[in-house]
Amino acid sequence: MAEEIDLSCARPTGGPVGETVKTEGTEKQTKILKEDVSMIKVGKKAPDFTAPAYHKGKFINVKLSDYLGKWVLLCFYPGDFTFV
Amino acid sequence: MSIDSVFVHKMWNDNELSKMVEGGIPFPMMSDAGGKVGTVYGIYDEDAGVETRGRFLIDPDGVVQGYEVLTPPVGRNVNETIRQLQAFQLVRESKGTEATPSGWKPGKITLNPGPNLVGKVWEVWKTDMAFD
Repeated sequence: MAEEIDLSCARPTGGPVGETVKTEGTEKQTKILKEDVSMIKVGKKAPDFTAPAYHKGKFINVKLSDYLGKWVLLCFYPGDFTFV
Repeated sequence: MSIDSVFVHKMWNDNELSKMVEGGIPFPMMSDAGGKVGTVYGIYDEDAGVETRGRFLIDPDGVVQGYEVLTPPVGRNVNETIRQLQAFQLVRESKGTEATPSGWKPGKITLNPGPNLVGKVWEVWKTDMAFD
């Protein structure tokens, strides 16, 4: 499912995968679109993404769509060393 | 998932969390540097540069069934998250024939929505059932 990543000193990052939202138009229009980010909707597909992760002593790469067929609890929090 | 690097996740898990949970955190601790994923999910606070306490329940088809978002100072209720998960699993297993009314938890009655239930909920569901 999740492949291990070979890390040296680089700080890996992930990000959304799949089609991106169209942001055609002038710079001004793009700015307005950016401020008008809408919230996720219940009953709709969760946006797929990849993200590096620490899991049981290993650095791995996680992809949300690898978890299709399972229930997923996706939790965001402000920072390590805080509570959940 | 937070904006911290996987290296910080490792330090937090190995030096603190493993003292709270035997064997350490059992699930992947994901890193979202720059808040790219958090932005797509609508919970990244650009001004503070951190992610707020967003929690998403995603079903086996990849569909978002529920979410909750809190500002950083207030922690979440894990029991409520588990209750919602149990309710969504029950509804899914019943293929939508059963619904879990307010205050439902395992062992409490479910409802079977349909023409026969209209105007008759009061007969089977009492307001004290909304509370533990």
